Amino acid sequence: MTKPIIATASLAGCFGCHMSVLDIDAKILQLIELVEFNKSPIDDIKTFTKPCDVGLIEGGCGNSENVEVLRDFRKNCKALVAVGECAIMGGLPAMRNGIPIQECLEEAYLRCPTVDDKIIPNDEELPISLDKVYPLHEIVKIDYFLPGCPPSADLIWEALTALVGGKPLGLTYNLIKFD
Amino acid sequence: MNKIKFTIDGKECFAEPGQTIMEAAKANGVYIPALCRYEGLKPAGSCRVCTVRVGRGHMAACTQPVAEGMVVENIVPDLEDMRKSLIEMLFVEGNHLCPTCQKSGNCELQALAYRYQMLVPRFPYQFPVRQVEPVGPHLLLEQNRCIQCLRCVRGVKTTDGKAVFGSVKRSGKKKIAFDRDLAAGLSADAAKKAMDQCPVGALLKKEIGFMVPIGKRKFDQKPIGSEFEDKRS
Amino acid sequence: MDRGAGWFKLMGTPKSAGTKLLSVSGDCARPGVYEVAFGLKVQDLLKMAGGLDAQAVQVGGPSGTCISRGQFERKLCFEDLPTGGSVIVIGPQRDLFEAIHNFMDFFIEESCGWCVPCRAGNILLKKKLEKITSGKGTAKDLQEIESWGKTIKAMSRCGLGQTSPNPILTTLQNFREMYEAKVRNDKDFISEFDLAAAVKAASSLTGQKLTEAHHE
Repeated sequence: MTKPIIATASLAGCFGCHMSVLDIDAKILQLIELVEFNKSPIDDIKTFTKPCDVGLIEGGCGNSENVEVLRDFRKNCKALVAVGECAIMGGLPAMRNGIPIQECLEEAYLRCPTVDDKIIPNDEELPISLDKVYPLHEIVKIDYFLPGCPPSADLIWEALTALVGGKPLGLTYNLIKFD
Repeated sequence: MNKIKFTIDGKECFAEPGQTIMEAAKANGVYIPALCRYEGLKPAGSCRVCTVRVGRGHMAACTQPVAEGMVVENIVPDLEDMRKSLIEMLFVEGNHLCPTCQKSGNCELQALAYRYQMLVPRFPYQFPVRQVEPVGPHLLLEQNRCIQCLRCVRGVKTTDGKAVFGSVKRSGKKKIAFDRDLAAGLSADAAKKAMDQCPVGALLKKEIGFMVPIGKRKFDQKPIGSEFEDKRS
Repeated sequence: MDRGAGWFKLMGTPKSAGTKLLSVSGDCARPGVYEVAFGLKVQDLLKMAGGLDAQAVQVGGPSGTCISRGQFERKLCFEDLPTGGSVIVIGPQRDLFEAIHNFMDFFIEESCGWCVPCRAGNILLKKKLEKITSGKGTAKDLQEIESWGKTIKAMSRCGLGQTSPNPILTTLQNFREMYEAKVRNDKDFISEFDLAAAVKAASSLTGQKLTEAHHE
């Protein structure tokens, strides 16, 4: 039997959710037995090399590249999971949502006292900031949501084993937390 | 005087004349989820989370008096889902960034979301633009998190009984306002009491945020309402 | 008054005795206040007011019922179509969605904001309607708008929220095909997100442009 294939990405997030995946400690050896990783910072595969079963996405969409990666995941993964508060509702980056993007960029790059070259980065290679940070499910269809900042290692373990094993997800009170 | 006999989800209950469904439920060890209700304050009936069904009618348990023979439906699937959707409306109506909030773990809105296993609200996030305002020397008013429960309007008073907070505007623009002069006179103790009355992280006493470690906060281990349910079993 | 209750009760229907003052407005030749016996067919009222070509009639004001041509045989009385007196004739040239949208604007404006379902719910309901009318709705959106409307009706504190979803709910019932024609049945998810619009502000500041890859 072939192992289910998992891909992961961090968009407008802090990689804390990926850290939480590593927090499953020794169970990560079990996980490697259960699944195969494809595009992911965990194994440093940069582009999809085959279709995946599950895509775990951390972070919301704050720039054009985030949107591009998210759409790429939707195309290549059977099921997408929004992992963590930022993926679900924008999270901390969404604190900028009440401030016009122009003001944000000017504050960071023009008025910031520690910046020498006062210019808003404009290289064509750089992603373009969106007007606000968007939750993932406003851009593509998301199949599952795992809240938390970060979601606990136990929740990630429970969810992953349920998902790849085709079992229903049993959520106890301690597993659902928003912080 | 004779007690009033009624039922909640089939359980026989007794009430004193004049008691609301909420008060009588509590006396009978039955939990009805609620948000704007606060012990000792006049009920406002604004959050509607405590809505129960009597016959075909829906009513707020916190304001509706019990009547003889009433058959009250409380924990039934369709009603519970409608209550859950009210919690979800509140989550998208404001900016509830739990990881940044001093009240996280002690917040009743969050606790109800946990109780109802809210993984993501069914409604789109609105991301309203709101302000943070200082209220006198000891308090902050975080409008982003305010849910218009009116507990502060009803409960925060000066020593001579004047209301410090009020409600202004209407519809989606409705918000809490306050009298600056009266707010200036609020003591540190009064500020702490105001923060405790606020169900969410909208009224915050300065300098005491994040004092209780994660795991030891009010709703970290046990769901809101479990104090009733534990007693019953 | 001189002729007594017996005479008055000769008019109308068993449960709606006597006459009713109706305020007929909208797309008809003779709008005005009509005194008619309860039980009058909508069809006959339209004949009197000169609005027989109506596509819809809003009975009982925005919070009442919106009926389609197939229902013009229904009677204005408590047993069938109750009304406080308002009858709005919606002519064939009107966009019915626009009328529904107007009604929702009205309810949002009128909500006092005291209770959650009416204050927050009606705004969400209107946004969902806009998603559907903009052609980005799916069959799931129709289910959701119906379910949200029912929640607002059941949970609201006063008559405003208890009836505000009616323009949507009654047209969903009586003009189902109009909604069905707007939604996409070939898709289970349509995003309202517009990348070009979302980068516009930053892009005009930095001069960066979206690459071809973004436009798929």
